[in-house]
Amino acid sequence: MSAPLDVAIIDSGGANLASLRYALERLGARTHVSRDPEAIGAAPRVVLPGVGAAADAMRRLRGTGLDTVIPRLRVPLLGVCLGMQLLFEHSAEGDTPCLGVLPGRIERLTTSPGLPVPHMGWNTLEPLVADPLLAELPAAAYVYFVHGYAAPVGAATIAGVQYGRPFSAVVRRDNFWGVQFHPERSAKAGAQVLRNFLALPVAGSA
Amino acid sequence: MRDGQVVKGVRFREHRVVGDILDLAARYRDEGADELVFYDITASPEGRSVDRSWVARVARLLDIPFCVAGGIGSVQDAEEILNAGAEKISVNSPALADPELIDRLAERFGAQCVVVGIDSQTTPEGYRVYQFTGDPARTRDSRRDTLAWVREVQQRGAGEIVLNCMASDGTRHGYDIEQLRRARALCAVPLVASGGAGSPAHFEAVFRDAQVDAALAASVFHSGAITIPSLKQSLATAGIEVRR
Repeated sequence: MSAPLDVAIIDSGGANLASLRYALERLGARTHVSRDPEAIGAAPRVVLPGVGAAADAMRRLRGTGLDTVIPRLRVPLLGVCLGMQLLFEHSAEGDTPCLGVLPGRIERLTTSPGLPVPHMGWNTLEPLVADPLLAELPAAAYVYFVHGYAAPVGAATIAGVQYGRPFSAVVRRDNFWGVQFHPERSAKAGAQVLRNFLALPVAGSA
Repeated sequence: MRDGQVVKGVRFREHRVVGDILDLAARYRDEGADELVFYDITASPEGRSVDRSWVARVARLLDIPFCVAGGIGSVQDAEEILNAGAEKISVNSPALADPELIDRLAERFGAQCVVVGIDSQTTPEGYRVYQFTGDPARTRDSRRDTLAWVREVQQRGAGEIVLNCMASDGTRHGYDIEQLRRARALCAVPLVASGGAGSPAHFEAVFRDAQVDAALAASVFHSGAITIPSLKQSLATAGIEVRR
């Protein structure tokens, strides 16, 4: 049996696995990076990171069979940034069918004066639903975003953020959580979200 | 940075050592910096890429985003730095020699990772992009117009531009508002002001009058002349939104 603070980080091919790993390790987690469906299927907690393009990341997940393993997981899973977007049904980035764990589609952020795309920088969370992942966060906590695509506010949204218009900052369905921002680079607020993730019951959320 | 230590010059000359990388990184993290940029100023003039062993050490320490610049001349250089835990890589001299490098980096990693740094000198012919600015003996005019380059790098996929106004750098007399305002008008991606910060009023002015997305400074923070918490307090008092 794995220790409860073991976390499998899915190697979805993008760079930037290191900073997530370091952030989890700062909180006492033991991480392993893997693309092995068996190892990921047996992990007590799973993080799906991702930096890069949706089509490329989905191709890599399909290549290892993880596209069918991930939706069947019953342990807490946290998708980060592109990893969150992959949990939805479809992404406009490369017109890519995604994992379909969460209802909805990822759309391109539209550029407008004063609102450059990609959206890069610190922005405040607006919690919409009480959730253990958001426990102990200060009101209007600043977290760090880097993205050109986003999930509109929908059935799975538990916290939003305003950038021209509102979109999903934190999403959840059952044991699948996702954050559009980078908790590993969001100072104390980000560390709190990761701490909350590590505190989720391993048995899942049913 | 030079030879593993943090240095700072005045108008890109007379660099002196100001401290150990990890100590400074931890200090700025704790003081509330929103992002750190590490420039290996000797990488491009010496024809080598950055020594990357420190990138992972910085990544372990920091819980805020950071960007690495210096001699990144290939997709592989960038990949190693991003894999070590940096959020962004910044290219400057190598992009001037090979502008398609920007396209290749953006295609591989996405525009959000790709910062283009522009060292811009004010000359009688207008604003000119300078190259190899880490070494005064090798610094040279790239023969490019700054504002044309601001346009071009965006078309090639730059996700952020750091405009370092060399005439102001290290002087502490204020950012080059006029130049930054002109760049802002052409810049649809995040624009970071660099060069000349000397007082909280300078930060306030550059946010208010040049509408930049971020302001970068080194001298005033390294010396302790301005602390980040006090700067954020003055900006908040002036009605500028800051993370605290």
